[in-house]
Amino acid sequence: MGCDRRSFLKGCAVATATAVAAPSALAADDERALPPEAIGLLYDATRCIGCKACVVACKKANDLAPDTHYVGDGLYDAPDGLNEQTKTVIQLYKGDDATSFVKKQCMHCIDPACVNACMIGALKKEADTGLVWWRGERCVGCRYCQVACPFQVPKFEWTKQAPKIVKCELCKHRLADGGQPACTEVCPRQAVVFGKTRDLLADAHARIESNPGLYNPKVYGETELGGTQCLYLAAREMPFENLGFHHSQEEAVPLTQRSVQHGVYQGFVAPAALYVALAFVMFRNRQSIEPTSQSEKE
Amino acid sequence: MYPETDNWIERNRICEPVGGKLMTPGYKLVLGIVAIGIFAIIYRFAAGLGRSTSLSDGYPWGIWIAYDVVTGTAIACGGYAVALLVYIFNKGKYHPLVRPAVLTSALGYSLAGLAVAVDVGRPWNLWKVPLEIWNWNTNSVLLEVGVCIFAYTIVLWLEMSPAILDGWRRGNHEKLRAFAEKRLPFVQKMLLFVIALGVLLPTMHQSSLGGLMVIAGPRLHPLWFTPWLPLYFLITCIGMGYAVVAFETTAAAKFFKRPFDRPFLGLLETLSTVTATGFVIFRIFDVGARGNLAYAFQPTHFAFFFWLEILLFMGPWFLRLLRGRITELQRLLGSGMLVVTAGAIYRFDTFLIAFQPGPGWVYFPSLVEVLITIGLIAAEAAAYIYIVRKFPILMGNPRKTYTQATEVAPA
Repeated sequence: MGCDRRSFLKGCAVATATAVAAPSALAADDERALPPEAIGLLYDATRCIGCKACVVACKKANDLAPDTHYVGDGLYDAPDGLNEQTKTVIQLYKGDDATSFVKKQCMHCIDPACVNACMIGALKKEADTGLVWWRGERCVGCRYCQVACPFQVPKFEWTKQAPKIVKCELCKHRLADGGQPACTEVCPRQAVVFGKTRDLLADAHARIESNPGLYNPKVYGETELGGTQCLYLAAREMPFENLGFHHSQEEAVPLTQRSVQHGVYQGFVAPAALYVALAFVMFRNRQSIEPTSQSEKE
Repeated sequence: MYPETDNWIERNRICEPVGGKLMTPGYKLVLGIVAIGIFAIIYRFAAGLGRSTSLSDGYPWGIWIAYDVVTGTAIACGGYAVALLVYIFNKGKYHPLVRPAVLTSALGYSLAGLAVAVDVGRPWNLWKVPLEIWNWNTNSVLLEVGVCIFAYTIVLWLEMSPAILDGWRRGNHEKLRAFAEKRLPFVQKMLLFVIALGVLLPTMHQSSLGGLMVIAGPRLHPLWFTPWLPLYFLITCIGMGYAVVAFETTAAAKFFKRPFDRPFLGLLETLSTVTATGFVIFRIFDVGARGNLAYAFQPTHFAFFFWLEILLFMGPWFLRLLRGRITELQRLLGSGMLVVTAGAIYRFDTFLIAFQPGPGWVYFPSLVEVLITIGLIAAEAAAYIYIVRKFPILMGNPRKTYTQATEVAPA
């Protein structure tokens, strides 16, 4: 029996070694770069006056029902956060000596956790523009995207019989006609603008440079969680933490998981080796038992 | 005690159908709970997830995932753990104990699959997950879990098929007997490759169940988040598997007044204690190495659940201290229950307690969620009782001489 155990352990060695090595080897080569034609939004909290024109325009452009749960009488569309009827929202941070508005919508991550999580690609990141959008015919409604997204953006139509995942798709349908997202079109102060992410980033740094007294020196989304295609500027005294951006680490969310997963399953070598080892040990076990049982029969 | 032969099916001659009356009052009660569960499922589809559950955008996964799938399949790892022991390490010595373990696994996994179908919002697309191979996102851990669990459920029923065929062969139904006689030799030959799959697949998806929450890393409490989650889930599922088999064989033996094998029970208990202890040592070391051990000494519910897990996993040692004051059987049963509970709480913690969606979100399962979960457990029990009464799953009278193969003709 000792022999069998040894051969089993030997057979498993490949699988175990890979599994053990995996988590410690965070693969830097797996990092994702900004897509060539990446598009996104730049939101400047110092310009926003909280008029919510963007929220109204977004609902109209995306045919979303008003959210009246807060007011109750059905008169006001008053979403307090992103939800199944709201793809963008204006929120207010009110501190002791400073207040700020903040616009929330999908960040269109460079390495989106939702896309990484999605089983058969219902959530897709366009290779050229980097736009992250949802395809109903591939979605089973498992909601793993909701578990995965660090910004808690994807929302689920809980009240519908055929629920969809609701999230900002940068008004994909309007872009196809040469237009721009509804929110950027209506913003009276250009607090949110649409463009190529590279240009937006340059613009953001230019604004900080020309007015360092006004701005928080950081452009949120430039490096956070592997970078996002939607970028944020805040006022000097306003930490991004206050605006609901709790993550400051630079590592993209799916990176750890991918390195674990790829370490174990690369080319399916380890599982195949384990399978062969198992079948071999069982085959030997069965053969080695034969002489004894035959001698007993005699 | 067991028939000495290399023929796996012959070895199971010791297994016999329990027989007896099926429709006892207790069984009718179980069926009643199943019926309530079915009504709850109908309501869930009629009313939609929002109205029938407490699930929300903050807590998109509730007890259907945390219990029925993540914990339920771990409890159903008896088939895996015993297959590992019997076929890989022990040359089939304990073979007659495989059937009840595999039966529980097959039922557990099948009902976990059903729970998934109830849980997802767009179940009509579910078939695409295992079949639309060209659309597979190989980065998705959930895809690996889903496909693997789907495949393993089939493997488990294939592992179960000799017992079913064996039952037909021994039965009175002429056509079924002829069919079983014809198919059994083939099934026996392919069984080796099926069982090898039956060890490989749980190794893959039970670890990946832990891997699922790695991507929620930024929102998972530091006491639970670690890239080693897959290994933790693998270790605990094996420990839980042995504990469950120990518990189940004893419970079934008591309930159906069948003999049971105490040395085997002792071995299972030792194995489950060893894996549980290994888990605890590795976990504390890992949390410490990540510099997060301080969280365990803060007065939070996170620290409470962390220590609760550890105490329960170490529970078998406390029972060892009580030796003499409790019977050996009580100790073995208690140990099994402690490790299963510990593993279940560890899984609940990772998927629900440690998951932090931010302020304002709360989750407590709704009545419909609970009724469906209880209904699924009852369905498992009902199917188990039916099958052990009709098919040769459990051990028969050990004093019978099995070396004289007179009752049945060898396949």
